Amino acid sequence: MPPAGARVLMKGNEAIAEAAIRAGCRAYFGYPITPQTELAEYMARHLPRAGGVFLQAESEVAAINMVYGAAGAGVRVMTSTSSPGFSLMLEGLSYLVGARLPCVVVNVMRGGPGLGNIAPAQSDYAVMTRAMGHGDSHGIVLAPATVQEAVDLVRLAFELAERYRLPVLLAADGLLGQMMEPVVLPDPVPPPPPPPWATTGGGRRRISSIYLQPEDLEAHVRDLVAVYEAIARTEAPAEAYRLDDAEVGVVAYGTAARIARAAVDRARDDGLRVGLLRPITLWPFPTAAFARPVARWLVVELSAGQMLDDVRLAVAGRAPVAWYGRAGGVVPTPVEVLAAIRRVLRAEGEVVA
Amino acid sequence: MEQVAGRPRVLLDVPMHYCPGCTHGIVHRLVAEVIDELDLRERTVGVASVGCSVFAYAYFDLDFQQAAHGRAPAVATGIKRVRPDLVVFTYQGDGDLAAIGTAEIVHAAARGERLTVIFVNNALYGMTGGQMAPTSPAGMRTTTTPEGRQARAHGYPLRMTEMLAGLDGVAYAARVAVTSVAGVVRAKKAIRAAFQAQLDDRGLGIVEVLSTCPVGWGLDPVDALRWCETQLIPVFPLGVFKDTASVDHAPARARRHPAPAPAGVRTRAP
Ligand code: SF4
Repeated sequence: MPPAGARVLMKGNEAIAEAAIRAGCRAYFGYPITPQTELAEYMARHLPRAGGVFLQAESEVAAINMVYGAAGAGVRVMTSTSSPGFSLMLEGLSYLVGARLPCVVVNVMRGGPGLGNIAPAQSDYAVMTRAMGHGDSHGIVLAPATVQEAVDLVRLAFELAERYRLPVLLAADGLLGQMMEPVVLPDPVPPPPPPPWATTGGGRRRISSIYLQPEDLEAHVRDLVAVYEAIARTEAPAEAYRLDDAEVGVVAYGTAARIARAAVDRARDDGLRVGLLRPITLWPFPTAAFARPVARWLVVELSAGQMLDDVRLAVAGRAPVAWYGRAGGVVPTPVEVLAAIRRVLRAEGEVVA
Repeated sequence: MEQVAGRPRVLLDVPMHYCPGCTHGIVHRLVAEVIDELDLRERTVGVASVGCSVFAYAYFDLDFQQAAHGRAPAVATGIKRVRPDLVVFTYQGDGDLAAIGTAEIVHAAARGERLTVIFVNNALYGMTGGQMAPTSPAGMRTTTTPEGRQARAHGYPLRMTEMLAGLDGVAYAARVAVTSVAGVVRAKKAIRAAFQAQLDDRGLGIVEVLSTCPVGWGLDPVDALRWCETQLIPVFPLGVFKDTASVDHAPARARRHPAPAPAGVRTRAP
């Protein structure tokens, strides 16, 4: 295991797993699916040595319910999956929200719908941000753009999950999961003691999402909404890059943001006033970061247009919003994105709002 | 001092929501008595499932988690794996365990999870108003088999406990019925053995309890007991299908070091 503070070259999936162990995660339940399998394999090798539990479940349905049980017993727990598996976890996620249990779920997105393919995509944006399954359920969604940021956000993910007693998702994609980058790993922290509500035996504690009386359930949902609002006020960071004097603001997250950033640099080299706004949290969406005098926005994503809706809501008609994206696992080059930026600057094409 | 009558310590003194004549209450009581007698209250966590027993957690003075439909064995696995010192049991109905949750119970059993499973089989979905279950016997009328269950259209009743007994990870598997005093005594013995299998770290213990649903069956409580005995037991035979506690290793030792045969015992097949 690499020493703390050392700069090491690691694959995204493995770095996320190592960061989780160092963040005090002591249980992992998962099911193999490309392109996240290295994460589970890393956990199988290293988590037991750290005194934790690794278990390969019979399905993603079972895995997320094992997460529920372990979270209810007060242990830092995570799972990871990729898009089709994430669909199967939605039932369990809704129960985790309903029962107010913390956990971390990594979704290394691939192309869809259906079995789709195993190429990198961002096509689960809607399914991750609109609701965690059925009911008025939400979980925080963090979107790293580099392996280092993924490492840093994993620790934050556990902290946020426990602070708000909600699932926290790490929205990665096949590229981020598979690529190797240098990272500095943090010092390990010991797992926290179980919280007082955890079912550790000897009490009459209840982990449940049942509120049979409509008024009781409404009160529970109102409490949840108050938590959501508190999160939205304090936990919606975005990175602004060369945006101060920008005429066109490109909006992109994760892998798409890396490509967009390269395109922005090329545009600046050509003297074009272009910047990048990169949401780090997809839910809640960093709406406040859009309050700046940008003449036109361009959304770039690896889907058929999902974050676009959130950007339109955030911009609220103050400026036109254009969109450029590739679906099905096609990853555009910076040149393609630059071409889209030039079209927006000329106020040609792609303007959707 | 041994308590010989009265309410078990871990059964809360609250009214139960079960219909009059429903045998869920008896099963709850037996589970509570066994937990009392084995002195497990301080380290037991229950997992309630979906179905009529969805509120089981309201009746036990124990830590409890409530699971999604069919997922109780996965939730219980999560608890037990991270806290192996706990005694973890699930309380599941036949829709939960034998339909939507078949994958979860089969794999928990195949992994030999150290869990105790109380499986209440009343041959239909009680909570949702009496629909066909995988355990409904042939000919049984339910709201979704108005002409009676027919094998060609609806398949055959699923005998889960026999299936599970065939898995190496299962240490104890029995089917009992709580339709008579003697049956209740046997049921308690089986529940105790299923907890003991977990305490001995031998594997998963399951007790299937043939239970009554007078409301779903459209019978009064006494007729429901008779219907269980005459219609369910023939389809779901009672008995202990597996008990690794009774397997000692004497036969293997005997093969290695054959002892002289006692007089009158054949040492070779005729
Ligand atoms: S519906 Fe049937 S199983 Fe459910 S509580 Fe009533 S009698 Fe019992």
